[in-house]
Amino acid sequence: MEFPTALVLNAIVAGLLLGGFYAAVSVGISISFGMLDVVNIAHPAFIILGSYVAYSFNDRMGVDPIVVSIVLSPLFFAFGLLLYRIYYQCFEKRGQESLRGLAFFFGILFITEVVLVLVFGVDYRLVGTAYSSTTLHLGAVDFPLRLAVPFVVAVTMVVCVQLYLSRTFFGRAVLAVAQDQLALRLMGVNPIRVKEFAFALSIATAGVAGALLIVIQPVQPAIGREYIGLVFAVCVLGGMGSIWGTLLGALILGLAESFTSTFFGPSWAPAVSFGILLAALAFKPSGLLGR
Amino acid sequence: MAAPPEERPVSDALLRAAGVTKRFGGFTALDRVDLSVAPGERLGLIGPNGSGKSTLVNCLSGTLRNEEGSIHFGGHDLAGQPPHRRVRLGLARSFQIPKPFASMTVLDNLRVPLQYAARLHERLPPAHIVDEAMRVLRQVGLSNKAHAMSGGLTQVDMRKLELARAVATKPTLLISDEAMAGLSASETDDILALLLELKEQRVAVIMIEHVMRAVMKFSDRIVVLVAGRKIADGDPQTVVNNAEVVTAYLGQ
Amino acid sequence: MRNRTFAALAFLVAIAVIAASRFVSNDYFFSAAYTVLQFIILATAWNILGGYTGYVNFGSAAFFAVGAYTTVFLYKAAQPPLPVMIAAGTVVAGLLGLMVGYLTLRMRGVFFAIATLALAVVLYTFVLNWDYVGGARGAYILQPRLVPFGLPRYVHLLYAAMVLMAVLALVVARAIETSFIGRGLAAIRDDEVAAECAGVPTLRLKLFSATVSGALMGMAGTTFPYYLSYVEPSAAFNLSYAVNSIAMPLIGGMTSWLGPLIGAVLLGSVQQVVQVTVSSAWNLLIVGVLLVAFVTLAPNGIMGWIDAWRHRRRRGP
Repeated sequence: MEFPTALVLNAIVAGLLLGGFYAAVSVGISISFGMLDVVNIAHPAFIILGSYVAYSFNDRMGVDPIVVSIVLSPLFFAFGLLLYRIYYQCFEKRGQESLRGLAFFFGILFITEVVLVLVFGVDYRLVGTAYSSTTLHLGAVDFPLRLAVPFVVAVTMVVCVQLYLSRTFFGRAVLAVAQDQLALRLMGVNPIRVKEFAFALSIATAGVAGALLIVIQPVQPAIGREYIGLVFAVCVLGGMGSIWGTLLGALILGLAESFTSTFFGPSWAPAVSFGILLAALAFKPSGLLGR
Repeated sequence: MAAPPEERPVSDALLRAAGVTKRFGGFTALDRVDLSVAPGERLGLIGPNGSGKSTLVNCLSGTLRNEEGSIHFGGHDLAGQPPHRRVRLGLARSFQIPKPFASMTVLDNLRVPLQYAARLHERLPPAHIVDEAMRVLRQVGLSNKAHAMSGGLTQVDMRKLELARAVATKPTLLISDEAMAGLSASETDDILALLLELKEQRVAVIMIEHVMRAVMKFSDRIVVLVAGRKIADGDPQTVVNNAEVVTAYLGQ
Repeated sequence: MRNRTFAALAFLVAIAVIAASRFVSNDYFFSAAYTVLQFIILATAWNILGGYTGYVNFGSAAFFAVGAYTTVFLYKAAQPPLPVMIAAGTVVAGLLGLMVGYLTLRMRGVFFAIATLALAVVLYTFVLNWDYVGGARGAYILQPRLVPFGLPRYVHLLYAAMVLMAVLALVVARAIETSFIGRGLAAIRDDEVAAECAGVPTLRLKLFSATVSGALMGMAGTTFPYYLSYVEPSAAFNLSYAVNSIAMPLIGGMTSWLGPLIGAVLLGSVQQVVQVTVSSAWNLLIVGVLLVAFVTLAPNGIMGWIDAWRHRRRRGP
């Protein structure tokens, strides 16, 4: 039997493009869970919220959804600040993070999804952009722009986050806050402010990721829950709190899903991320690049 | 000065830890530490902050797994044994930062170790558990707080509860991890009296402390850990006058 | 009160409740009661792992659906009597709880919670693709024409079965809570590391808790296919089960067997009213808001209020 070169190449390309997008989806969790130890399982719901916000502006005003999300990211940032303040007051301060914090974020996830259903209904929403239907062809390989453009934006965003965290003072304070809050205080930096800022940053990335999502595929409120396994799988696989690890983990996951989808059918995709998550937790919980 | 570990007959030792090494990523927290404790012996373990004392305790109790080295207790090899098995063999520890079972009363806090640890190797009949718990509470001086919620205790009472919980497992070796940190002089004496009493019950004790007067009063033998390595092991007076120990720790 | 006495009393109450229902002719009563009973079992089951042990399960719907689909599978295969199907569903769900627990309970509670969430999605996908039990099209279950015990309608039998199962769940929960196992679980919940070092075999107890909890949640789903006469994945895996099995113990109180019962009866009844008068989406929103409100403002739930009130009364003015 002839080796399905074209099929495999396309699966690889699709997997990598998707992987880049998954990195954007997961970088927020890498920060909030990997670095701050906040189990924000509502993160995927905020991504979907971002999708719908981008959709609304695109629907009303015809503006490109990705541009909208970047312009509106300060709003998501502010929302993240507020959410962290509530979380901190009610849970982290009282040392109740584990069970109650989880239930809290689950409630937020739930409320967000239900509100979206009430406002937008359960139908799939799609966005049409200038490049949605264009596909570049390089020999046997297809580069659909609806995957390629989000890929470029996603990787840019992830790299920017990494540069920010490793090069700026405040960014490095974020990296430090997970490890030594006392040292930060002694340096005159308030750890709470730092954590607040980092969490808000993670929500801002969710808003942008949402716009990327709706460019790639149609969206409906319940999709968020399918991404929970994925984001935590990427975060654990890559090593909690390592941005480069998140990128690597996301690419691996994207490839795995792409191959599964091509050779076994698309409906098995959620099982892939779950399987990888379990395997990562069982065999190398510190991740590929973890500390 | 006591005979070096290799020359002491093996059958003497209740606890025999050899070459214990623990790394966290690139950082070596414990570097080939040897430690042995005879039955009923009082050992003081001292060293600067970050020298690996708590890490050593965690490796002995099983909360952390050491990469290299062996730990034998009462003739059993502890490799791969989870903490609850080690406790049932008779190796108990208290926690530096008290960890009470906050949803339970002081008395109920003791029923847990009595039911799960003591009963199995001391064959304590279930009907006697409450009496036994009250006895331990009297021993540490908490009997009047038996029905108070454990979450709302004062610092010194929490330390006493920590020790009470460890004592309630009916150990043959108890590791007391900085139970006196931050306490007043009289509170420190309370805790010291408690630990001294354990000798009557033939319980060996490893006392980890920074309060030197308590360590000197208490210990038959002192071990000094600095930067993950054991630098001294022997009679208290000799160790305290050891030049290296003075520079590394006592001189501070 | 000793557990044996409690069990006997509870069983008597169950018989009385079942007998009294013979006089009810309003069909809506059975529909509402069935749903509330379902929630009583789910909430009580969830709380064994959640409130008693401190491990949050977000995938209650998965265990519930496993119970339901075991019934569907057996119906298609052999049509055994109802008690056999109930037992089978309970056992399968229990094994699932054991398996998931074995894979994830060695790690932090967070990873267990995430795994259960992902589990629900994966099992849903699996069932969606499994044609033998109907897949996406769903499966039809015919209620037997001949109703045993001389009951007038089949739904009366289902109702009776649910009452008995609810009582069983409550008795099991109370037995665990008051036993030394319950104290071990509470120690794990309060401080797992300290519990280990106090001699508690934490992994074994957690696995026990996950197995019992999963089994009872599956039990809640076993009669569902007969109740609806038609089962499809989105009904069995309904998000409402996941959120309610957390909200009800939280609102009722997580440290005692009474809490989930109170939460299920109160919240379940409220939802029945809202569902009929407004819509099911608003209904879920209310549950979600109540969940967040209680977890932030009143984390000990209604039982917590009652305890605090009793405490204040005891202390006096």
